[in-house]
Amino acid sequence: MRIENKNIIEVENLTKKFGDFTAVNAISFTVKKGEIFGFLGANGAGKTTAMRMLIGLSIPTSGTGKVANFDIYKEAEKIKKNIGYMSQKFSLYNDLTIRENIRFYGGIYGLSKSEIKQKTEKILVDLDLKSVANKLVDSLPLGWKQRLSFAVSMIHDPEIVFLDEPTGGVDPYVRRQFWETIYDAANQGRTIFVTTHYMDEVEYCDRVSIMVDGKIEALDTPKNLKKQFQATNMNDVFLKLAR
Amino acid sequence: MKILRYLIQKEFIQILRNKALLPMMTILPIVQLILLSTAASNEVKNVDIVIVDLDQTESSRLLKRKIIANNRFSLIANPFSTKEANQFLQANKADIALVIPNDFEKDFLRREKPSLQIIANAINGQQATVGSGYLSNIIYSFNENLIQEYIYLQALNKKQKENPIQIVPRNWYNEELKYTHFMAPGILAELTALLTIVLSAMNIVREREIGTIEQINVTPIKKWQFILGKLIPFLCVGIVLLVVGILTSKIVFDIPIVGNVGLLFGYAIINLIAVLGLGLLISNFANTQQQAIFVAFFFILIFILMCGLFTPIDSMPKWAQYFTIPNPLAQFVSVSRKILMKGSTIWDIRFEIFYTIILAIVFNSLAIWSYKKQE
Repeated sequence: MRIENKNIIEVENLTKKFGDFTAVNAISFTVKKGEIFGFLGANGAGKTTAMRMLIGLSIPTSGTGKVANFDIYKEAEKIKKNIGYMSQKFSLYNDLTIRENIRFYGGIYGLSKSEIKQKTEKILVDLDLKSVANKLVDSLPLGWKQRLSFAVSMIHDPEIVFLDEPTGGVDPYVRRQFWETIYDAANQGRTIFVTTHYMDEVEYCDRVSIMVDGKIEALDTPKNLKKQFQATNMNDVFLKLAR
Repeated sequence: MKILRYLIQKEFIQILRNKALLPMMTILPIVQLILLSTAASNEVKNVDIVIVDLDQTESSRLLKRKIIANNRFSLIANPFSTKEANQFLQANKADIALVIPNDFEKDFLRREKPSLQIIANAINGQQATVGSGYLSNIIYSFNENLIQEYIYLQALNKKQKENPIQIVPRNWYNEELKYTHFMAPGILAELTALLTIVLSAMNIVREREIGTIEQINVTPIKKWQFILGKLIPFLCVGIVLLVVGILTSKIVFDIPIVGNVGLLFGYAIINLIAVLGLGLLISNFANTQQQAIFVAFFFILIFILMCGLFTPIDSMPKWAQYFTIPNPLAQFVSVSRKILMKGSTIWDIRFEIFYTIILAIVFNSLAIWSYKKQE
């Protein structure tokens, strides 16, 4: 129902080398439209590098890839119109107010004035930020900042949202809240591509890939992975692979 | 175009909200302008002199009085030998020693061309050359007067009068040789270039440091839009500083504004675009704000010391003179002087305009090219 039988991300033998070091080693996978796709791996396994190639921030060394039906080499700028991205580094402007941040990002995605106004209202109401709309983003607690930057990353209604460790450094309650908003977004038909360290979060994903040293070592639903590795939870699966 | 508006709006909010930046952009440059324009003077006003009068005659005393009467010289001592005079130079107590030889008057009246000795302490080259220049002038006119008197006496006998050629210099465009008139516009140009290059060099790299650039790079924004969105706000800052600076110079130093101020600002816009392009170019290559500042200062120092404000471009070696062509500051200093003091028209500054437009195009194309949305 939510997941359509249509590939929205197709990657084949995607490789990125930095000098002698191979950060991403010939990975291949597909993501279906509407899926919540978990991208796991230890620190330095190459998750972020792989993601950066998909969103047009990094040019692959070799391999092919299509995101939202656009080629990652030739049509990076067209991909950017159709994706949202939330990086692990907080990337709203601390010296702008919440309202100004929303207006700025809406503006550079080319939204009209009325669209920006409408989006701003919606975000402020959804995140319950109305009372602090004119306060500097700097003054918000981290959990709120992250929910806001997730909302801002979807201001232009992208088909796919890439989240790079979106819940780093926040408490379990806020993480739970955050995943609810991720589900909301998925239910609106968006594809979610998310990297994470938290194994409990992995259970929320439709499918999960686990990267080790630049390669994808496993890719399946959490349930099948547990069966395959004869583990009781995803933590054990991860430890068995990443060691 | 619409996207550009949002970029500019955001940049302005950030500039105006930054409590440290605003005084840095307004008050500090004005303080510097007033301070530097008054203090940084190449004019030699006080030359310490010792005079050794070995002749002790009417003529030698007359010459001495003439020198002391000139308010640029202060007589430190009257030593009795050249050796003693040298000690004053050695001890750095005098800038110049004048030695009037024994038979000065006698030789003069005999028309045997007596010679005077000037010993200059050239540790401070400027003081020494300008000082001995002044001194030579005084001696020259003293000479003329004596000769004239002498000729006059002779002519009285012959019932005829000769008029020797007289040179009367006039200083065009700055009649009274007011130093601040010449310095203030130049220093203002320097301060504006310094401020704008530093602001722009720090800006993009700052976004890289805090990580917001990544968020911008995943939007479909065009490279030129991004660069223009950075350039226009800082251009406005530069113009505001120029307006305030020119008003200050007018009020404090009463600098002449002979030419068209509109033309000056028109040129200033092109010049600032060139300087900002360089700043943004630096910012694209720097990984940290520290790196950006160091590189920016490398350029700023060269620009300032080779812009013709402190040392005339004409007295630089030939290769260095060519080097001032790609120096936007040298062009700015030249144009501001020409327009403000001389009243030059657009045709008079066509070369400066031409070079600056080329610089603006080169720097900004490089800035757009080197801004990479993708690694």
